[in-house]
Amino acid sequence: MAESKDIITRRQLLKNGCCGGCLAGLGALGGLLAAKSRPGDTVWQIDPYKCIACGNCETYCVLEESAVKCVQVYELCGYCDYCPGFHEPGATALDTGAENELCPTGAIKRKFVEEPYFDYTIDEPLCIGCAKCVKGCAAFGNGSLFLQVRHDRCLNCNECSIAAACPSGAFKRVPADKPYLLKNVENA
Amino acid sequence: MKRFAHTVIAIAVLLNLCAAASAELLFPPPEFESDYVMPTTTTPHPHQDVYEYVDVAVLFIALSLASYLVLKKRSRRATFVLMILSLIYFGFWRKGCVCPIGAIQNVVLSIFDSTYAVPITVSLFFLLPLAFTLFFGRVFCAAVCPLGAIQDLVLLHPVSVPYWLAAGLRALAYLYLALAVLFAATGSGFLICRYDPFVAFFRFSGNVNILIIGVCFLLVGLFIGRPYCRFFCPYGVILRQVSRLSKWRVTITPDECIQCRLCEDACPFGAIRSPAVEWPAVEYAKAKKRLAFLILLLPVLIVLCGWGGSRLKNVTSRMHSTVRLAERIYLEEAGEVEDITDPSTVFRATGETIESLYERASIIRNKFILGGWLLGGFMGLVIGVKLAAVSVWRKRTDYEADRAGCIACGRCFKYCPREQLRLSKTKQEVC
Repeated sequence: MAESKDIITRRQLLKNGCCGGCLAGLGALGGLLAAKSRPGDTVWQIDPYKCIACGNCETYCVLEESAVKCVQVYELCGYCDYCPGFHEPGATALDTGAENELCPTGAIKRKFVEEPYFDYTIDEPLCIGCAKCVKGCAAFGNGSLFLQVRHDRCLNCNECSIAAACPSGAFKRVPADKPYLLKNVENA
Repeated sequence: MKRFAHTVIAIAVLLNLCAAASAELLFPPPEFESDYVMPTTTTPHPHQDVYEYVDVAVLFIALSLASYLVLKKRSRRATFVLMILSLIYFGFWRKGCVCPIGAIQNVVLSIFDSTYAVPITVSLFFLLPLAFTLFFGRVFCAAVCPLGAIQDLVLLHPVSVPYWLAAGLRALAYLYLALAVLFAATGSGFLICRYDPFVAFFRFSGNVNILIIGVCFLLVGLFIGRPYCRFFCPYGVILRQVSRLSKWRVTITPDECIQCRLCEDACPFGAIRSPAVEWPAVEYAKAKKRLAFLILLLPVLIVLCGWGGSRLKNVTSRMHSTVRLAERIYLEEAGEVEDITDPSTVFRATGETIESLYERASIIRNKFILGGWLLGGFMGLVIGVKLAAVSVWRKRTDYEADRAGCIACGRCFKYCPREQLRLSKTKQEVC
């Protein structure tokens, strides 16, 4: 009995060979991946210059309340009296207060700064990422309002559901240490 | 009229692009006279990069612990507790992303797409369970995978699935794996993540259709042990094959089997093989002929399935957004559809010619022809080997856990009277 244990059977030899081969294969795959890997993690972000404000961000996110929200880059804002991102078209002819607002949740706050300028800030908890303001601001304004994935909310799904539904390919993976793609004055 | 409106939008987008080039704002930012301080745009930091290495460490510790608990400590209870902890951490706390199952696709994408670099943590998520399986068997399935854990929890009244049915259904998992690899390699999308049935539970929100599929899996899982793991999980089929070669493995008892058959009912996953008696000479001769026939059939099956797979190019290639766009533009150009979709509006605004789009789409479709051959050939191989396995006789003297099918849950341990005896002996020794 003790003798037979020392003898390696053909089956055992085959198995050991396969096991060794598998280990070597795994090592090779590991090496290949290490060569192709990046040290840091990636996160999803919207390229604001590609975004067409279609509204998918509001509905396709796996979260009940989308992780995509509107941001305002103040350096680009014209501080307009009549803001195409805030007001409904033709709002100057209307005088019914709240109904003049484009935002369905009233997430944009309009505050008087000095004649004739107004400042517009996003009340983030209210924003649903519907991109109505983005569309208005991009078409008739400076485009200072645009959508970004807010990383305090984003779950960083392996495949972003919104990215899969994005019609303009604006979603991309970006390095986690540079997680935002904000518009800036140079590229405005 | 609608088409006109879209053209206007397209022109507006184009104008915007032109404006971008000239870098001039429509309304120059004002120079304030009052002491107004311009607010800054907040950019909250992603929280996952804090956890990315913690996750890998937790995965490693959980795998090591699972190996110890299953193989050395031989405790179902401890394995169960670890399984719950993994479910809480990887499932509910980390919301199920990233997982080794989905990581298959990142790895495949990084191999085929030179512009995509897989994060090292994701590679480790893919490789670590494989390495552990090569040494200790499917301990990842037993106590680390949150998808397995959620199904294990709902298993109330296990019903045994006939062997032939289980083996047949398992072909679905191979197909799922092959499709996921095809779509990832062509850059069409991540199929496994898109149809992950349980991730919606971890997040308490998600797509309604997927949620319904998840509920169905859990309902079936009340009676059939881990239906997703056994019949769909694409990572599971890789682990199955690796597990065949594992250095150590789960034994029902480390002592000698007394063939009492008590363990037969213990396994809800049909992974316990009973002793195989010698085939009668007549049967043996028949099986030999059948095996020879099936081995000869194998290349035929591979080619046939490969051809079938390549014929599916029109269906499979539609997963790729460029092919979908090209088909849409074709319909719009032919005047078969009235409205214009968002992607086609974007495409028309880029100024790329339709011919060049068609060319891009046809290159991608050709990839799907090759991919279809490989996918079909792989499926032919899987089916052929499954058929051939029926005609192969393996001598087995004792009841033992199937090397591939055993997920190392440890349910069978306490059913074995030899194990009970062994435990009471060790307890006495300790006292």
